[in-house]
Amino acid sequence: MLMLNVEDVHFSYASGVEALKGVTLTVKNGEFVAIMGQNGAGKTTLVKHFNGLLKPTKGRILVDGVETTKTSVASLARNVGFVFQNPDHQLFSETVEEEIAFALKNFGYKPTVIEQRITWAVNLLGLTQYRKTSPFMLSGGERKRVALASVLAWDPQVLVLDEPTIGQDHQQKENLRQFILQLQTQNKTVVIVTHDVEFVAECNPRVVLMREGKIVADGEGKDILTDTKVIEQSSIVLPQVAQVFMRLNVKEVPKNVIDLYEAKQLLLKMLEKKP
Amino acid sequence: MSKRLGGSVFDGLKFRKVSSPIHSLDPRMKFIYVIAVFVAAIVFSQIIPLLVLFALQTPFVLLARVQKQWLRSLRGAAFLALFIFIINVAGNFFTQGYNLTAANWENAASMTLRFVVLVESFSVFFLTTSPDHLGLALEQSRVPYEFSFAFTTAVRFVPVLAEEAQTIMDAQKARGLELEKGNFMKRIRNYVPVLIPLIVSAIRRSLELAEAMESRAWGATKKRTNLFALKLHGGDYALLSLIVGLLAVALYTFFFVQIPTIRGLLGFP
Repeated sequence: MLMLNVEDVHFSYASGVEALKGVTLTVKNGEFVAIMGQNGAGKTTLVKHFNGLLKPTKGRILVDGVETTKTSVASLARNVGFVFQNPDHQLFSETVEEEIAFALKNFGYKPTVIEQRITWAVNLLGLTQYRKTSPFMLSGGERKRVALASVLAWDPQVLVLDEPTIGQDHQQKENLRQFILQLQTQNKTVVIVTHDVEFVAECNPRVVLMREGKIVADGEGKDILTDTKVIEQSSIVLPQVAQVFMRLNVKEVPKNVIDLYEAKQLLLKMLEKKP
Repeated sequence: MSKRLGGSVFDGLKFRKVSSPIHSLDPRMKFIYVIAVFVAAIVFSQIIPLLVLFALQTPFVLLARVQKQWLRSLRGAAFLALFIFIINVAGNFFTQGYNLTAANWENAASMTLRFVVLVESFSVFFLTTSPDHLGLALEQSRVPYEFSFAFTTAVRFVPVLAEEAQTIMDAQKARGLELEKGNFMKRIRNYVPVLIPLIVSAIRRSLELAEAMESRAWGATKKRTNLFALKLHGGDYALLSLIVGLLAVALYTFFFVQIPTIRGLLGFP
């Protein structure tokens, strides 16, 4: 079942800058995709098409079979939750729970349902103690979680996260990873835009690499993040595990390894063989 | 037309560094020129002198090679211009017992044209004057540095704020906010989720800016010197003579010339 269907999409901003130059991409329901690439590659521009914030100047985009130009952002947003990079661009309420309720009210949920959803969302992201706190009093990482909670609350089928790991410590990143895995088990589609190679290596999703408004590589994380040529052109560094394996330069081990556990098993096996 | 802020009136006021004879003119002289055009546009309410004033700007635009941005600013002003036209026509229509004469139409057209002349002259000024030059001009006109700095900073941050407002609108729309929904009061309330993050981040940014400036010893010396000083050159004197000429012609025309009307030329009553 196709969730997102991007067909030869071009997009130019009013200033004349052509940010997307013919992007074709399909994302199946339940897939986990990381969109990577250097600054200005068109990553954010592309994902802003998924909930109709931007409409293609050429080509078309189908979200769950509906063409984005034929419907409103508000109705697409029920299906596609979008968490922006900077939480300060959306927080405005007096308390965390009101912040979470905002979208739910916009979508016309009943007060009893809203209450349930708030409880569920704050619980999920460890914000229960801050329910009545002003979001402006929270730390950067906490604000980011409030923003995430405010989108998750309406349980969208597709979740788009723009730079979710920026400003998060290791523990929070791990929580985020667990959380995405949990969404995976519920068959949700997750799209992240990120520069964080290590985070992607740990999650091992499908990786879509963009450069200058085009997709230059698309495939399994372990194949793309270990392809030195493609990686270099996109100003990305190899994941640390891959760097170690490249430098080891031993024939017995494959080069396309990014997972720490897999790497450990391979190395142990290799060492056992040696006398 | 795109509804996104980034592509509207703001673009018509955003300075881009280009070298042209107009860009290198002294900002003070350009400002006096804008004021002169302003005065002339206010003094005359007939359509023909306003058309002349309108045409007078075009060589500047072409010399500065900012046609594209300039047209964009005019397009941005088109809605307000239309509004002014309709208000004028409607005002006459209702006060004159539901009757319109050719004079009314012409009058409404010249009011609209006056607005367009004001917008276009300001647009040319901002399109061809860098904020730095503007600050320098203020400083050399004995405006205290604190004020000129505040002014140039404010000008510089307009496009930044416009971009930020767009991002915030996107973020709230992604959470189901529909700005164009509801009656008039509801629509105004719809902007609260956009305005609060915008104001909060503007305040936060200004505090950060203040800290960054203080850590770089802002205001450590009372008497500042500048690497560049504004000096009047040949082109500036040419512009000055144009200003004097413009004002002289305008005064002469205003007092001694019977300005023909379009309706008179076309033979309407």
